[in-house]
Amino acid sequence: MPPLVSIRSLGKRYGATEVVRGLDIDIGAGECFGLLGPNGAGKTTTLRMLLGLVQPDAGEIRIGGMAIPREAREARQRIGVMPQMDNLDPDFSAAENLLVYGRYFGLNDLTIRARIPALLEFAGLSGKADSPIATLSGGMKRRLTLARALINDPELIVLDEPTTGLDPQARHVIWQGLRRLTQQGKTILLTTHFMEEAERLCDRLTIVDHGQTIASGRPRDLIDREIEPFVTEVFGESVAQWAETHGSCCERLELSGESLYCYGRDPDRVRAALQHAPDLHYVQRPSNLEDVFLKLTGRELRDA
Amino acid sequence: MNAFAPPRLSLRFLPVWRRHFLVWRKLAIPSILGNLADPMFYMLGFGYGLGSLMPRIDGASYLTFLSAGTLCYSTMNSASFEVLYSGFSRMHVQKTWEAMLNAPLALDDVLLAELAWGASKSMLSGLAILAVIWTLGLEHDWTMSLWTIPLVLLIGLTFSAMGLVVTALSPSYDFFMYYFTLAITPMVLLCGVFYPMERMPQLLQVVAMFLPLSHAIALARPLILGTIPTAIGWHVLNLLLWTGASYWLATGFTRRRLLS
Repeated sequence: MPPLVSIRSLGKRYGATEVVRGLDIDIGAGECFGLLGPNGAGKTTTLRMLLGLVQPDAGEIRIGGMAIPREAREARQRIGVMPQMDNLDPDFSAAENLLVYGRYFGLNDLTIRARIPALLEFAGLSGKADSPIATLSGGMKRRLTLARALINDPELIVLDEPTTGLDPQARHVIWQGLRRLTQQGKTILLTTHFMEEAERLCDRLTIVDHGQTIASGRPRDLIDREIEPFVTEVFGESVAQWAETHGSCCERLELSGESLYCYGRDPDRVRAALQHAPDLHYVQRPSNLEDVFLKLTGRELRDA
Repeated sequence: MNAFAPPRLSLRFLPVWRRHFLVWRKLAIPSILGNLADPMFYMLGFGYGLGSLMPRIDGASYLTFLSAGTLCYSTMNSASFEVLYSGFSRMHVQKTWEAMLNAPLALDDVLLAELAWGASKSMLSGLAILAVIWTLGLEHDWTMSLWTIPLVLLIGLTFSAMGLVVTALSPSYDFFMYYFTLAITPMVLLCGVFYPMERMPQLLQVVAMFLPLSHAIALARPLILGTIPTAIGWHVLNLLLWTGASYWLATGFTRRRLLS
């Protein structure tokens, strides 16, 4: 079966800056795919090109056989979008937001009204149909935005940082919602800064930086392939000194300020080497996607 | 895609127009009050107050003379405020347009809805003044005054289109001051709202001839005074040209702003 979304050699430049450089992505039907990258990596531009809102300078995009941007409007008929910033209509109630948005898809009021109760239930907002947007919490607004993205019963759901700014409770509710959607066979494309989110939700993902793919695959495979299995984070003033004398106890070291990251296969050896340095604190854990991400994209700030 | 390709017109703008209408319905009472009360009090105050000191103009009372100007100026103001302040909120602050563009709507549909909505809302302002005119019996010929209804729609379209150009170029609300100070206020004062244009120095008359509000008033005033306007085609063409050119530019600038 051909992939639902196929992106080939996608390129976009703004003036002298190449924002997206030769990106290739395939997303199969029913897959949850993550697009990861630091700020300014080209994620949002890629999504905007995918939706046909920005003209690519190079490459080819197809969604369900439709060529983007030429057939973008037809394609958007089958896509639900959850934008990075909530843009609900503040003058409307929760239910009116869904009704008005459904009309943009050419749906008649009868069809939309029939869908609203289930969508509000999905968003955990059943009692809030008539509540004004201003009375909803940040998490409720986010869930309503997700429900709004489903008003056209889309095949593909595009989520741009769906849980940024949410507290852990609200984040977990969104995650449950997204899992229910993949169980229903929906295809999901999401961008995120939260590696934990990507690790939990995504079947496959791509890490982009400076507009290029730097790694892609299943989260577990990426961790196995790109990084040593254990990390010991060591903190303290004398950490640099300790690294010089005991650094050989691990395979790879990353020093960032007063924090040292020791990557290796044998956490016990590192712990033994730390026995004689009582002023250093440490945490040991299995390596995760965030370690892969930081290894590949570096630790320096992107908006500095 | 060339940003300045001709605007595409499609009926897909209708659900967006309905959205604006639904918002308006929730705030209708203060909105109607604002549209009606302000220009009405100006018209009545100046009309009766100043009018008592003045001779009749073109065989009509000053209040009648002023009412035709107010009809046009109120429509212009209402259209301008709608597409500038409310339009900018929807485009830039609330990101309402962004939500629409993620649905199967094109930017051209969103803009056409702004144009149509600006015209609809300003038409209401014009009709409110017309209702005052009728109530006070200011019109000299009732059937003739009915022609101001399509005229008010055209005025609304013209000034909505012009305002959309400014909205497309504005970095913030503060930018609108340039437009109001350099375009709207001169039109109010030079185009014959309060006094006949012919009383102005030649140079100012020439300037006014190029401004769309003059053409609107040149049509509205005779209709209220019960006579057939002269050079109807010329004035209508002028308003249509302003509408078409502005809307085209506004579409181009907005595409460049949002779709690159």
